[in-house]
Amino acid sequence: MADDGYEHYEAIVVGCGPGGAAAASRLADHGIETLVLERGVEAGSKNVSGGLIYAEESAPYTIDELFPGFREEATERPVTDYYIHNVSGRKVKTYDLTDLHEHDTDWCDAVLRRTMDGWLEERVHEKTSETGGGVLTGVRVNGLLRENGRIVGVTCDELDPITADFVVAADGVNSELARDAGLMDWEEPDEWFQGVKAVVDVDPDAIDSRFSIGDGEGVAHLFSGDLFEDVRGGGFLYTNADSLSIGTVFHLDSLVEQRAEPHELLDALLTHPLLAGWLGDEYHEREYAAKLVPDSKKVAHREPYRDRLVLVGDAAGQMQAQGPIIKGMNHAVTAGALAADAFAVTRGNADPEAAGRRYAKMLEDSGTMEKLRPRRYDLARTVGEREAVTNAVEAVLDSRVGSAALGNPVADRLLKRAYNSPLLVSMLPDTRTGYVTIPAVVGEELGRTIHWESEIEPPSLEERIGDLTYDTDVGNPHIRLRDESVEESGAAVYACPVSAEDFGGGCYRAETVKTNGTEETLVSLDTQPCVECGTCAVVADTEWEHPRGGKGVEFRQG
Amino acid sequence: MRSAVLTKGVPDFSEGAVSFDEDGHLERGKTPTVMNPNDAFALEAALQTKVRHGGHVSVMSMGPPGYESVLQEAMASVYADDLYLLSDRECAAADTWATAITLCSALEKYQEEVRKLDLVFAGFKTADGETGQTGPQTCWGLEWPIVTHAIALDVDPDERTLRAKRLVEGDVDEIETVEASLPCVVVTDPEFEPTYRKASHRLEHKRLRAETEARAESYDEHLTTWDHVDMNLDPDYIGLDGSPTIVSSVDPIPKAPSEREATMIEPDDRDGMERLLEEMQPFAAGD
Repeated sequence: MADDGYEHYEAIVVGCGPGGAAAASRLADHGIETLVLERGVEAGSKNVSGGLIYAEESAPYTIDELFPGFREEATERPVTDYYIHNVSGRKVKTYDLTDLHEHDTDWCDAVLRRTMDGWLEERVHEKTSETGGGVLTGVRVNGLLRENGRIVGVTCDELDPITADFVVAADGVNSELARDAGLMDWEEPDEWFQGVKAVVDVDPDAIDSRFSIGDGEGVAHLFSGDLFEDVRGGGFLYTNADSLSIGTVFHLDSLVEQRAEPHELLDALLTHPLLAGWLGDEYHEREYAAKLVPDSKKVAHREPYRDRLVLVGDAAGQMQAQGPIIKGMNHAVTAGALAADAFAVTRGNADPEAAGRRYAKMLEDSGTMEKLRPRRYDLARTVGEREAVTNAVEAVLDSRVGSAALGNPVADRLLKRAYNSPLLVSMLPDTRTGYVTIPAVVGEELGRTIHWESEIEPPSLEERIGDLTYDTDVGNPHIRLRDESVEESGAAVYACPVSAEDFGGGCYRAETVKTNGTEETLVSLDTQPCVECGTCAVVADTEWEHPRGGKGVEFRQG
Repeated sequence: MRSAVLTKGVPDFSEGAVSFDEDGHLERGKTPTVMNPNDAFALEAALQTKVRHGGHVSVMSMGPPGYESVLQEAMASVYADDLYLLSDRECAAADTWATAITLCSALEKYQEEVRKLDLVFAGFKTADGETGQTGPQTCWGLEWPIVTHAIALDVDPDERTLRAKRLVEGDVDEIETVEASLPCVVVTDPEFEPTYRKASHRLEHKRLRAETEARAESYDEHLTTWDHVDMNLDPDYIGLDGSPTIVSSVDPIPKAPSEREATMIEPDDRDGMERLLEEMQPFAAGD
């Protein structure tokens, strides 16, 4: 205990996902007394991901190096085959994406976050206990402790303030610390993706036979084209040990523009005839989940530090969408480990920002920042978003000539190569051309027609919410609606993954209020069904915080 | 800090576990014995003291050999270091007075032969006797200060004092803060809540839990059983013979008369719901 009466640790890591776990593990390796604070009842209970974790050949750190036994104990199946399906109605054209998938990939496994992060938590606790720290769950860090305007520690709901020489914010996409420090914001929908996912029960033997894979093999399928109307994004299906992770990821601004209901887009994928053979007759959904995904091309912070605080993983916007392949957890691991190393080498330096500066430099020098936020994208962005260019391309593709051009065998070969080029896919402009038009035209011109029918009936939103586990903090809602008007907050009614128009059991609903003879539509909020994705923090006018430690939704799959 | 926690095994009165005969008498044989629910708060208070200041917690109970499972439960929940069972046929059918004499003698033996105690914790009345007397009577025998209805506790090992918040019942519940010197008896209120606002305390709590899991598995290695000879007690002063309380008769409490008839309507029963709405109609206007 220091003279100021505060408890003190050399390092505090907020959040025990892969980024926090990597940071804490490396800090302990350096002999640093490290306290890890995790708000979930167990690590992983607040975490959702599509489900693939990569180990890149070029990365300075991979998770299995930091945590021996990781692949054996904490993951589901490796991805041994990788495909993308271009869908136009019932017509589907499939490309093998394995080349792109294997580019710079040492290995890639499907994971379920509750299992994975729960396993990591135990390892991290063992390691950090040895240097005088440990992992505490059910503790929510709610802000930064400052002294004379400088960050010196953290404040928590459940604990008295704690000071530290080094604070790692690995508290996820809705990092309250990053926002408290003024490093990140929730302003622009076009800086975010939103993903929703269903984990579906399938017998392990059925997985092997339906996907024609052996024991210890797994597949990844991606979907794009017109099955999501005009919403920019795509779908995925990954094989787990005894379940499938099936989900959709869309640009948040596109969801808002199209007034799309995320759960309906997921259902469009689940009920597409292409999936019927894989899902079988019995459909049992274990869990419905959602997550906001930062687009690192736009938001990965080039200097993710302030005073003694560094940001790691989603908190720093470190989520790379490499065309259809999304890489987040691997970068969080690298960043966490680098942050720990940066602190270790600058320990004892009087300048509180020494570790942060070193960390930013290591992100650059290791090539991590260039992967996350390629400079060529910053240059190309201005072109890619010029509507004139987009419209011209659209017009050509829609014409008979354009479609025919895409439909010839040479185009077919070129397209396969284009899809498998890491450079090209990372340069695809964020317009409907790449996501909808090209795949739909490809599917239409080159695709074979799927003749079987889907008899899948996904659960209703009400049933999905009913199946989730909540420990509601009664009388203490964690989100407050600042502006009830439809103009400011109406988008949340459809963009929120657990709300829908004409559904009274969700978080957000539009209600008509009659006052003094006039009628007005207002948005109201009930945070009980909240899955803590953060969508409404971006699309509506809210005061957004996480629930207290251990409260709120508890994912069992993640 | 060295603490002892007094606990008792009681019939499990929870729904589904408890069994009554036709006359409304408890069927002891068919009802499982569990740790007195109120004692959990005493255990929590002892654990909080151990977590914050280190030391040793012993759990003590008077009862038949079957109480071992109760002590095991106590060990698992409070991460106790060892267990003491005061078990003797001569102790059977004791009232609160005879129980207090037995407990008091055991605590004195513990202090002479094992170690001096700083704190003795007891829960607020048992689920079967409901007297709330045994804790205070034991304290009277020890001639220590006592703090009852404690809802929060803070021990100062250097000053050898404790400060406690007490819930004082009245028309309006009031909370008073008291200070006592150690050694002291603390009777916890069911409103007692341990607080762990320091990360180091929570880490210690977690460490103790991991350490105790194995210990509770082999609890019998940490169990000491004393009979009346061990405690140097005269059989005339313990058990039924030592109990001045005379139960003259027991009157069953008649069941509350149910004057109103209840009709069950399932939520998807459309006609039933319509009838219900018709029934409610007159009251809607505020009649």
